[in-house]
Amino acid sequence: MWTVAACLMPPLILSVFVFGVQTLIITAVSVVSCVAVEAISQKLLGKPITIKDGSAALTGVLLAFVIPPGVSWLLPVLGAVMAIYIGKHLLGGLGYNIFNPALLGRAFLLATFPVAMTSAWLPPLKNLAIFSRLGPAADAITAATPLAVLKAQGMAGFLETFGSGSSLYATFFVGWRPGCIGETSGLLLLLGGLYLMYRGYISWHIPVSVLGTIAALSWIFGGKALCAGDPLLAVLSGGAILGAVYMANDYVTSPTNKISQLLYGVGIGALTVLIRLKGGYPEGICYAILLMNPLSSVLDGWFKPKRFALPMEGDQ
Amino acid sequence: MHSLLTFPKGGVHPPESKAHTASLAIERMPAPDELEIILGQHIGSPCSPMVKKRDVVTEGAVIGDVAKGLGAPLHSPVAGTVKDIGLSAHPLRGKAPSITITVDHAAAPASYQPHPWQGLSAADLLAKVRDAGVVGIGGAGFPTHVKLKPPVDAKIDTLLLNGAECEPYITADHRQMLEHPGEIIEGAKIILKILGIHTCRIGIENNKPDAILAMTDAAQAGSTADDSLSVRGLQVKYPQGSEKQLIQALVGRKVPSMALPSAVGVVVQNVSTALAIYEAVALNKPLCGKVITISGGGVARPANLLVKVGTRIGDIVRRLGGVKPELAKIVMGGPMMGFAVSSLDVPVTKTTSSVLFLTAEEIDSRPHSQCIRCGWCLDACPMGLEPKEIGLYVEANRAGDTAQFGVFDCFECGSCAYVCPAKRPLVQFVRLAKMKAKR
Repeated sequence: MWTVAACLMPPLILSVFVFGVQTLIITAVSVVSCVAVEAISQKLLGKPITIKDGSAALTGVLLAFVIPPGVSWLLPVLGAVMAIYIGKHLLGGLGYNIFNPALLGRAFLLATFPVAMTSAWLPPLKNLAIFSRLGPAADAITAATPLAVLKAQGMAGFLETFGSGSSLYATFFVGWRPGCIGETSGLLLLLGGLYLMYRGYISWHIPVSVLGTIAALSWIFGGKALCAGDPLLAVLSGGAILGAVYMANDYVTSPTNKISQLLYGVGIGALTVLIRLKGGYPEGICYAILLMNPLSSVLDGWFKPKRFALPMEGDQ
Repeated sequence: MHSLLTFPKGGVHPPESKAHTASLAIERMPAPDELEIILGQHIGSPCSPMVKKRDVVTEGAVIGDVAKGLGAPLHSPVAGTVKDIGLSAHPLRGKAPSITITVDHAAAPASYQPHPWQGLSAADLLAKVRDAGVVGIGGAGFPTHVKLKPPVDAKIDTLLLNGAECEPYITADHRQMLEHPGEIIEGAKIILKILGIHTCRIGIENNKPDAILAMTDAAQAGSTADDSLSVRGLQVKYPQGSEKQLIQALVGRKVPSMALPSAVGVVVQNVSTALAIYEAVALNKPLCGKVITISGGGVARPANLLVKVGTRIGDIVRRLGGVKPELAKIVMGGPMMGFAVSSLDVPVTKTTSSVLFLTAEEIDSRPHSQCIRCGWCLDACPMGLEPKEIGLYVEANRAGDTAQFGVFDCFECGSCAYVCPAKRPLVQFVRLAKMKAKR
């Protein structure tokens, strides 16, 4: 758990330079809240306190990563209560929770603070003035996310706001764009994911199938005509990479069998694109993962590992 | 040189830790003052004592036998007097019936001379194997004469000798292959004659290149126009020495669930068992000594020892200069499949392969936590099982419903528990499940 959290530190540090020191404060509030809620929950439920395992701290980082940078500091506190107390401990505790706690926290905040959660975006800083905006965002400096612009104004509006060409992809890949605190830098998120794969902590199956499905379906259905969408932009915008590598891959809430993992990833990718293109929200990966979470054990029930050898014929 | 063979699914790579003892020649430990010979040293019915208290026994005399059912006789490893027929400390059963013999140090040791065996019939050879009390000393202690008499409808074509020795620390088979390659090959030829077949393949993990060389030379020297014996290098991967995994690696056949190797035309013997068969047949020497590895950071002097069956761990510790203060746990057998022992009174049996004196750094005693469904155990399991499900069912008091996960295919290699990040005692869960589940 601590290793995964460590892999999230580079994107967090980058977010300070992109959005200001505000992101660090929100993340710290979120981590402290999650760890505190974990300790209190376990105390209330009469269970041993396991905050040292790093699980709650990791949830705290992930929860902060899916919150807009300009929100009130109260939001991560409330999100932590939802994520840890209800999402994790009331649903069975570590190992038994059905839904990804951090995403459950985000879904709860999205429902209870819909305005803040969909408008408290900050435009990327231009002059490294990281201390220039402490506290919740003033209305004046909000900026829409790429996917929101795309949804509201179409491709033309998108190009007008963010520019075009290969420098656009590069800027997005590095992370210099509006968005949630930890979702913007595909580069750093992928590097962290590759390190986790190198260490053997995660496998490629879920991230590759999620991102592959998002890219393929966005290419086919995302443009004005069939097969005219921009698959790269679809992967680099929104929370696709953060979701695919760090959320969909959560051990507890994802399948264990490799075939199940591939199908699970395809399901998340398909639901994400469906919500993005046809749903009410600009970004859909949060709900896509939450919708696929309960299917994990169902998929594992369908696809069993291949046994070494089955009984001989006539044997029972 | 052929490419290295292995089994395709699962397996782990624990630290080998064999360097402590791999270069140490086998050292003969003199008999201590007393031996405790446990009556149940093999799979099947335990022996009944054939001697009474205060009986004087000679070295090699039969002191226990099985009247009917699966079993093999027991012999006195020394000349001496039966002190008691009672109970001994046992790593699994707590206490187990045993014969205690007071050693007569003045008696001359028995001497064994080689006799030609080529003129004997298969049935006579088999009888000699049984009379010498040979059991599978690589692992479970299955009576060897039974294994060498496969069902009549099984068409056996290949003998496999297991020299994988995949458990960390243990180097007993390694040293036997280095020091007695000719005798092992001779034992293999006896087995070929008993089975009426002509092909023997010997699998040795590639971390023992000297043993591969020695055995290859001996196998070439021992091959004839009729009998073909050959050595194949195996990848270093645990549990390579498991019977089903070894068969798959060496001949590419899969033993069906709940079936024996004879179902796919193969008989597997450990290299040290082949040596015991040679000694039983050519030397008329019963199996009552055992080469074991004594290792780990908690013992003053690691060694490969040839001890008399019945020697207590305490006697071995005294011979090797005692234990170190860092000693945290004594394990009989390998670190993956062995058992912790709580008493130095536990005696060595025919199936003891090692006694490890492990320090706190060599064991993992962190408490276990809940399953987080990471699925690493699925990747590690060589049998394609779902250890996590078995563990969850046992914890939910549904151990009886675990046959659906193939719990009876599990041979308790411990690969799942080795990789588990939550340190869950998955092997113990499986053992519980096997007790409660219906076949």
